[in-house]
Amino acid sequence: MSGSPPKPDYPSNTAAFLGGYAAAWRSVFPYTLFGMYIGIGALAHDLGFSADWMVLSTLLVWAGPAQVILISTLGGGASHVDVAIAVSLSGVRLLPMVVALLPLLRTETTRTRHLALIAHLTAISMWVESLRLLPAIPRERRIAFCHGLGAGLMTPAVIASVLGFYLAAKLPVFLAGALLFLTPLSFALSIARNSQSLIDRAALVLGGTIGPVLAMAKVGLDLMWTGVVAGTIAYLIDRWRRAAR
Amino acid sequence: MTLGDLGPYLVLILVGFLPNEIWRMLGLVLAHGLDEGSELLIWVRAVATAILAAVVAQLVLFSSGALATIPLPMRLLAVGVGFLAYFLARRSVFAGVVVGEAVLIIGAWLTAE
Repeated sequence: MSGSPPKPDYPSNTAAFLGGYAAAWRSVFPYTLFGMYIGIGALAHDLGFSADWMVLSTLLVWAGPAQVILISTLGGGASHVDVAIAVSLSGVRLLPMVVALLPLLRTETTRTRHLALIAHLTAISMWVESLRLLPAIPRERRIAFCHGLGAGLMTPAVIASVLGFYLAAKLPVFLAGALLFLTPLSFALSIARNSQSLIDRAALVLGGTIGPVLAMAKVGLDLMWTGVVAGTIAYLIDRWRRAAR
Repeated sequence: MTLGDLGPYLVLILVGFLPNEIWRMLGLVLAHGLDEGSELLIWVRAVATAILAAVVAQLVLFSSGALATIPLPMRLLAVGVGFLAYFLARRSVFAGVVVGEAVLIIGAWLTAE
């Protein structure tokens, strides 16, 4: 878990894929995703969705917060337009994540279509682990490694989607709450661990304070504005410090 | 014909998959030609980190579903103690998650009595 990651040298893309798959299981995320998707699967059951639908939503949406919004608003009878808007607003974060990740994977021969599956696999867990692990991976093996990493994270999520669905009736309410709590807790700790530089720490603190303030003020597109304002301030702080050196 | 007449799988595609996936595909297009280490990329990464922090803060402060039944002070205490355990265990995310969850479950169980 801690310390610098090893420097593997994969002889083939298959080896890199398996290396990524194994690396996923050395992180905290398969376990927290498992718990979190037990909670989401149970929610889907309680609100009248089928197990197949729940699994498909995990494979296609692949974003815990978006799935919680999708299932709770659809199940609560919200209009389809309102649901689509709510899901889309929660997904804004994926845009800067994908833009920041893909240049780490590209080689001179990489085409955009080679990166499409990576873009789909991008979620908070996969992004955090990729940024941490990729610097040690040979560049030509990074795409295969990330495919493996994504598959390694999706496996427990899919299994738990089914398991949670069938366990739903047996889960006490406070335990269901504890499962949903795994998401913010594991993300907060992992992002904090990844934030070793000034710019990351500034973005973390500013985003964590400006975000709730804008949400409470009912500012539209609060996540996007938080990102732009807090991210820009963090960037400028970092830039001034670099210039001062 | 309205969306309500269509099957639940089509609803999943139209109001779940597409509104979420559009950001990933937009990112795929915008990342094209962007150099690793460019100033723009440093800024984009700061924006992404800030948004993640905001998502996490909002999930804790304005919880929904079963998590909303656990009082806010209890959720904040669990995060605080989780971070304490994370630092004490030399930056172990596992330790932070286990201890934070334990605090939340014990707290929720006590307040539910």
